[in-house]
Amino acid sequence: MSVNLGIPAVRSSGEGNLFAHEKFQSAAKRELKNEQLRANLRHATHTIRDKRLNVVSELPDWEELRESGSRIKENVMARLPELLEQFEAAFTARGGVIHWANDATEANAIVTSLIRATGETEVVKVKSMATQEIGLNEHLESLGINAIETDLAELIVQLGHDRPSHILVPAIHKNRTQIRDIFRAEIPNASPDLTDNPKELAATARAYLREKFLNAKVAISGANFGIAETGTLGVVESEGNGRMCLTLPETLITVMGIEKILPRWEDLGVFMQLLPRSSTGERMNPYSSLWTGKNGPDGPQNIHLVMLDNGRTRALADKNGRSALHCIRCSACMNVCPVYERTGGHAYGSTYPGPIGAILSPLLTGITAEENSSLPYASSLCGACFDACPVKINIPEILVDLRAQDVEAQHSVRKAPTEMDVLMKGASWALSSGTRLKFLEKGLPAGRLLAGKDQRISWLPGIAGGWTSSRDIPAPPQSSFRDQWAQREKFQKSQGSQQSQQSQASQKPTGKQGE
Amino acid sequence: MGAKEDILSRVRVALQGDAPVTDIPREYRQSGTMNQDQLIDHLTDRLVDYKAEVKVVLATDLQGAIAEFLANARSVVVPHGLDAEWIAGVADADVVTDSPEAPVPVDQLNATDAVLTSSAVSVAESGTIILDGTPTQGRRAISLVPDQHVCVVPASTIVEILPEAMPRLEPSHPQTWISGPSATSDIELERVEGVHGPRRLSVIIVKDA
Ligand code: SF4
Repeated sequence: MSVNLGIPAVRSSGEGNLFAHEKFQSAAKRELKNEQLRANLRHATHTIRDKRLNVVSELPDWEELRESGSRIKENVMARLPELLEQFEAAFTARGGVIHWANDATEANAIVTSLIRATGETEVVKVKSMATQEIGLNEHLESLGINAIETDLAELIVQLGHDRPSHILVPAIHKNRTQIRDIFRAEIPNASPDLTDNPKELAATARAYLREKFLNAKVAISGANFGIAETGTLGVVESEGNGRMCLTLPETLITVMGIEKILPRWEDLGVFMQLLPRSSTGERMNPYSSLWTGKNGPDGPQNIHLVMLDNGRTRALADKNGRSALHCIRCSACMNVCPVYERTGGHAYGSTYPGPIGAILSPLLTGITAEENSSLPYASSLCGACFDACPVKINIPEILVDLRAQDVEAQHSVRKAPTEMDVLMKGASWALSSGTRLKFLEKGLPAGRLLAGKDQRISWLPGIAGGWTSSRDIPAPPQSSFRDQWAQREKFQKSQGSQQSQQSQASQKPTGKQGE
Repeated sequence: MGAKEDILSRVRVALQGDAPVTDIPREYRQSGTMNQDQLIDHLTDRLVDYKAEVKVVLATDLQGAIAEFLANARSVVVPHGLDAEWIAGVADADVVTDSPEAPVPVDQLNATDAVLTSSAVSVAESGTIILDGTPTQGRRAISLVPDQHVCVVPASTIVEILPEAMPRLEPSHPQTWISGPSATSDIELERVEGVHGPRRLSVIIVKDA
């Protein structure tokens, strides 16, 4: 029990599907063995990446749009309390009802009671990261309420009793034959002769879901944007399943993270240029729906919105990591990430995979949360994600900061120094003195002996073993840089008497490259 | 009420001592440079790229163009504010009018072949047609459930870029932004048109006579 001192608790942690159940390093090792997954992923991420580059280069003002997008989001975070209240007032004035949820448990309970009030036991659902984050489907299922995913990829994942592995193309890890097998087994009226032709597969899903849409009384959605000035919510999609859910049922329940607010109507004109191009590499997604409360006989009569914290205020309190909340879930960062491309989304363990997942999950749960502390290390820090991000989230910088936080946290709980501590101590001892370093470098040839014929060391004894358990390191060079430098100096001195100072200054380095 | 207070107070504590963010740069393009013919060409190009069918006609030929697109439809639904002249050339189909007072039930919409609507604003650069629920466009369900959507775009409603469209739209109206027919790329990224929305999008751009 905590004692209430009149100060609100800042650190309310996120819960739900935000946790890795296993360290990234070991999950990644297993996923790497799945060659089918890697081939599918490679094809998909490279295709989307190329499409994205094409449509982005069409816009002469892409960088200006990014800059505005980034600053608008910064402004949203700085003014969040005021904007949330403005949104609530506008949304409520148009007949909508707002519910606030501190965490996943509260949000799930609110949605459940809203559904129960309608007496329904089956609801249709638009793909939504927020509801996936809080584990809504599983929660509803445990209470006997069937939430049917209507996005084709989500349906494939749901019918396959699987987990999504990408935020944009959740079934990216399944190929057409696998999908056909799932449909044949799980869709009641699917033809036994169903082929793996994508057109036929999509038609099967259409027939199956249309009946559900026409009869559904309750729908659940997420929201891409909530506009404070007008109280408008927006959902961006492709297939029309969103439009079906958002307009046909009597009751619509939306779950939205509190960070999704945009201040003004005109801001939507910025984000609707940034999002589709970054996301699917299209100039615009096929369908977007915008609604501002109730609209007479056009659309649902009961409009609910659950405003979700679930660790967002905790992330907001992290000044260095806060900008992770700017994320518009476009997935551009995962499509360019060399680590994601090889490990796939499941290795990250939570709803949010890829570079953004590596920072967002630990920010929402806290770095000390079990296993999530390994996520900031799931990166090569190559910076491709930062370049791709339409709202300029500096993911590499946040990764480094979170690593530092992790090291701090580990320090405070550990009694005995770790191997890493010993190594670092040793390195600082060696690097702080030229003589010591020189002495140590004499050991380099021994390193070459350790390496095999291919001049790579894949196993190191003792304290350095942790490093080589997940990567090979090249063997050390024959002689140290310091030795080479000294020799070069010696050589130049002996040449010096014959050459002028000037030609020496323009002399190119003579060292051979790529031995 | 409790959760709201909890969340807002945590937000306030998290933000304590922060300087407010001022001046948001808006150096992106706010207006386009194309003339009407260029806008029509640009929009047509985008829509064709999305696999929509497009006809560009003079106002005097509108009735004929609509009749051609609806040649195979046996039933058509129209919103109550639509100009009755538009549909007058469609002789062979049953025409049903949807209105807020007498909304067509969804089962009946599901059995209807096509829908004919006008549109509020279109954005040439992204190939986006926007419907805003006003009487010439109707309830959102009517442009969603039938299998073909014939949509009329008056040339004067086309803008070049999205920031020009925003001030022309009324946020309190429910909106549907359409960029091509329904499509999915969820199966090995192969694009398949027509999953849940209309499988056929037929656009008629009407030039001022
Ligand atoms: S972090 Fe940036 S690139 Fe990645 S999903 Fe979010 S907005 Fe897109």
